[in-house]
Amino acid sequence: MSKTIRFEVDGDGIALLTIDLPGVSMNVFNADLIADLDEAVDKVLGDAAIKGAVITSGKPAFLAGADLNMLASSGDKPMTLEEEFENAFRLNRILRKLETGGKPKKQLQLEGTKPFAAAVNGLALGGGLELVLACHHRVVADDPKLQLGLPESQVGLLPGGGGTQRLPRLVGIQAAAQAITTGAPYNPMTAMGLGIVQAVVPADKVVETAKEWVKKTPSVLAPWDKKGFKYPGGAGAMNPAAVQTFIGANAMAQKQTQHNYPAIQAILSCLYEGGVVDFDTAIRIESKYFLKLLKNPVAGNMIRTLFINKGAVEKGSLRPAGFERKTIKKLGMLGAGMMGAGVAYVSAKAGMDVVLLDRDEAAAEKGKDYSRKLVEKGVSRGKVSKEKGEALLAKIKTTSDYNDLADCDLIIEAVFEDPSIKKDVTEKTEAVIGKDIVFASNTSTLPISGLAKNFTRPHQFIGIHFFSPVDKMPLVEIILGEKTDDATRALALDYVAQIKKTPIVVNDSRGFYTSRCFGTYVTEGYAMVQEGVNPALIDNAGKMVGMPVGPLAVGDEVAIDLSYKIGKATREALGSAYVGTPADAFVEKMVVELERFGRKNGKGAYEYPADGSPKHLWPGLAEHFPVAAEQPTVDEVKTRLLVRQAVEAARCFEEGVLIDASSGDIGAIFGWGFAPWTGGPFSYIDTMGVANFVAVAERLAQAYGSRFAPPKLLKDMAAKGETFYKKGDPRGKLAA
Amino acid sequence: MTEAFIYDAVRTPRGKGRADGALHEITPIQLSTQMLEAVRDRNNLDTSLVDDVILGCVSPVGEQGADIARVSAINAGYAETTAGFQVNRFCASGLEAVNLAAAKVMSGEADFAIGGGVESMSRVPMGSDGGAWPVDPSVAFKSYFVPQGISADLIATKYGYSRDDVDAYAVESQIRAKKSWDEKRFTKSIVPVKDVIGMSVLAHDEFMRPETTMQSLGALKPSFAQMGEIGFDNVALQRYPEVERINHVHHAGNSSGIVDGSAAVLVGSKDAGSKAGLKPRARIRAMASVGSEPTIMLTGPSFAAEKALKKAGMKASDIDLYELNEAFAAVVLRFMEALNVDHSIMNVNGGAIAMGHPLGATGAMILGTVLDELERTNKSTALVTLCIGAGMGTATIIERI
Repeated sequence: MSKTIRFEVDGDGIALLTIDLPGVSMNVFNADLIADLDEAVDKVLGDAAIKGAVITSGKPAFLAGADLNMLASSGDKPMTLEEEFENAFRLNRILRKLETGGKPKKQLQLEGTKPFAAAVNGLALGGGLELVLACHHRVVADDPKLQLGLPESQVGLLPGGGGTQRLPRLVGIQAAAQAITTGAPYNPMTAMGLGIVQAVVPADKVVETAKEWVKKTPSVLAPWDKKGFKYPGGAGAMNPAAVQTFIGANAMAQKQTQHNYPAIQAILSCLYEGGVVDFDTAIRIESKYFLKLLKNPVAGNMIRTLFINKGAVEKGSLRPAGFERKTIKKLGMLGAGMMGAGVAYVSAKAGMDVVLLDRDEAAAEKGKDYSRKLVEKGVSRGKVSKEKGEALLAKIKTTSDYNDLADCDLIIEAVFEDPSIKKDVTEKTEAVIGKDIVFASNTSTLPISGLAKNFTRPHQFIGIHFFSPVDKMPLVEIILGEKTDDATRALALDYVAQIKKTPIVVNDSRGFYTSRCFGTYVTEGYAMVQEGVNPALIDNAGKMVGMPVGPLAVGDEVAIDLSYKIGKATREALGSAYVGTPADAFVEKMVVELERFGRKNGKGAYEYPADGSPKHLWPGLAEHFPVAAEQPTVDEVKTRLLVRQAVEAARCFEEGVLIDASSGDIGAIFGWGFAPWTGGPFSYIDTMGVANFVAVAERLAQAYGSRFAPPKLLKDMAAKGETFYKKGDPRGKLAA
Repeated sequence: MTEAFIYDAVRTPRGKGRADGALHEITPIQLSTQMLEAVRDRNNLDTSLVDDVILGCVSPVGEQGADIARVSAINAGYAETTAGFQVNRFCASGLEAVNLAAAKVMSGEADFAIGGGVESMSRVPMGSDGGAWPVDPSVAFKSYFVPQGISADLIATKYGYSRDDVDAYAVESQIRAKKSWDEKRFTKSIVPVKDVIGMSVLAHDEFMRPETTMQSLGALKPSFAQMGEIGFDNVALQRYPEVERINHVHHAGNSSGIVDGSAAVLVGSKDAGSKAGLKPRARIRAMASVGSEPTIMLTGPSFAAEKALKKAGMKASDIDLYELNEAFAAVVLRFMEALNVDHSIMNVNGGAIAMGHPLGATGAMILGTVLDELERTNKSTALVTLCIGAGMGTATIIERI
């Protein structure tokens, strides 16, 4: 009895298979649907009265791909490799049966098989699109926003239902490689232009159109089952065009992945090897690469953090229960500098009225110029209509008058990081706003509980920490002061949801979570320069381990003198508790003696040639920080850079700065670019094995200093054999 | 163990490896056939004494496919008992073929064997034979494949050779090649190539540009910068992370030329020579092949040379003349630095930058060239070596009798 597919046969003998998973809003491939599809295909093929079939969805979307929760929790009982392969091959087997009628090659070529058409009423992603591709005819609704794509690579997997074989046989290897390695979806018209779909019709006509085709098609063959089939553009080990494509793609992919994302290579291998052999062999190869990825921790870690947990926090998992969801209508934005300007833009874009306040009108207008530029760019690229752009700009009111803040629903402050200025604007604002209005600070360095003292209602004071550039960076770090209450936390999360960003919630601490851990990446790079490690090796290792840029390069971007100032403040605040590192000497020498502040004065660890040619490492580094004769291996440098950050993240967990492991992982990847392939520092520690991580950290502490010393929490976990994540618990360990 | 001696060495002049090259109309089998005919005819050799013909060929497909060595022997009218096989050790194929011929003689398997090579790059372009290394993703990723030009630029970057350094080397190669031709130093080995009506179509190395200067080379753009940009530079840096960025210095003017050509070397035992009434010209002292790191790819010659020197019980300073194929200028500069070899005894008659590199044949060609030079200058020992794709080196040490 089918739970997920409604099966109806009309008077013409055409079966309509309507996929409609019970109790959920979105169809996904889970064990039930796979079993039901198998059965439905058998029923169509086995019943002589049925001429063919149309597959559609009973929900707004067609089918959104595999149930990643199922994939993430699979593999409970031990299986032989042969059994695992059969599991991985199951969907391919069913879809191939749908396509060939289960007939042997010769008979199939002689007779053809019963026609299956897809009536794609909404988005079809991953396994959804693979089901569509396995159908002989594809009709799609004419919604330009409808997505047809194979996004599996985004979570470390590949399309394992024939996607790596059918797509290249339809559009050629180069186009398929582009689509599958990036995961970028097609819209219906593009897909039709490429020959992926045969008809684009109004949504309410997809089933009817598909049925018409089935009705006039007594039997059919997939193009690749016809004799003499040739790939568009060629394929195979001796085809000059295909060979050139792979030589180039192999290099580009290695540059992009730095050997950290096995899915990309596996996809290219499926395309390459599948291009040499027949279709039935090709899908077996695909399933084997799929299984290989599934067994690699990279996929599981990426699925958990980048998909399951990111989705959960965006849907409000961090929001305290029992508070009515609120909508911010009017935001008061204090400070129109780079951050304030960005916050104003994203808030106006989300439909809020924004009062953008600065010292004087000119400064506030300068901040609004940021929005003007972005709108202009959007309009010129056709992404935003002129009217919408103008409406957005009209929502931002610039002012220097605090009285304009009177009826705001939320205040965010992003003024200069100076305690006295912060105090001044906080007091001036509190004097004019409503008595229950929440005040948020976008500080990245000053503790929230301290700033809350400037506000008479500290329970309604909170940190909302954005990342620069605000319109591009997906994360927002919400910081709870000592007295921040749950209603305030809920409101801050409602605001973040309104601007469609990814929130994490952390407790107050110096540098909070993200700035504090990110800082260790940069300073570890500096420590190595001070020790005499070749600077090129340091920055190359940073990129190779999966960070977006090397520590020295990113240190130049955020400014070395800022590191100096923060370091100084930290030393003063901590007094004798401060633990120095070799980075301190580096930073001091660069800033005080050499006046190299980073990109901002054109002089940092890198030189920034005035003629605009690419930056390069400053040759003077070698003079002031002599390169040692003995150099570490690149693996050692890579390990230092990641482990240093992960140790700091674990300390944040132990100290209660973090509330759970998954926030730590999400914040690391989306906040400061911690190597996404790891799934974040806590997934990284788990994957290394906590005991192994502790041993490595202890070795590094011995060799390079106590900053690597693993916190007690990790040692205890190692002793007890605990991990941050357990099967079926994607949120991970909660802080004590 | 039997000793192996070189009795003769012949080569074609090298034709430009393009449609307007003089040898483009000549089939590759004709090039190698004419070399085998020359070995026979110059030595009045009873070909039934030749046990085997071994030819190097790097793109053994199409008209160079299906064992071009055996078919060349048949086509040259050798005794039907003369066997033949083709070998591929990329750029050292020609030298490897001679080494194999020598090994057959040393082992007693053969009395006489011919080692040589052939490559008509104008007719069977490089890469025609496909291959897994750069193309198959699982192999390319695992091995950090980069094209040779990137490897050569990586060598220049890692060892600090500037654009001027490599260009100056190239200019000198042209000067030496021209002087050698002007002084007829190659005459002993050169066999002009004839067409179907018996007319000579090429009697000199066609590729040379003796007018080359630092200024004229300075105008050339680096050949591999764009290729590096799409990703190969980064792949190389992942293997050599101590390098900040690749300095692209190589171009058509300081890299080996694409040409057509063939060569053959007659190797035999002392007994076989005396029975055939031939006088040996040199003894093969030692041979070696070695694998090296495949991404930088072209550093193998120094390791192969060291291995061969060790087998011969010699030091680098015991060698009178060195011949290292000029695949790219930086390869030679790095070798001279590694073994402390002075430029005055390295590639004294110029090399592939000036005269071209017919892939499968070059090793046998430069072995003949250096033997001629030992005789001309009355010197004793020479070491011949080539850098090789996928990270290898092959070397041979010869000593005049």
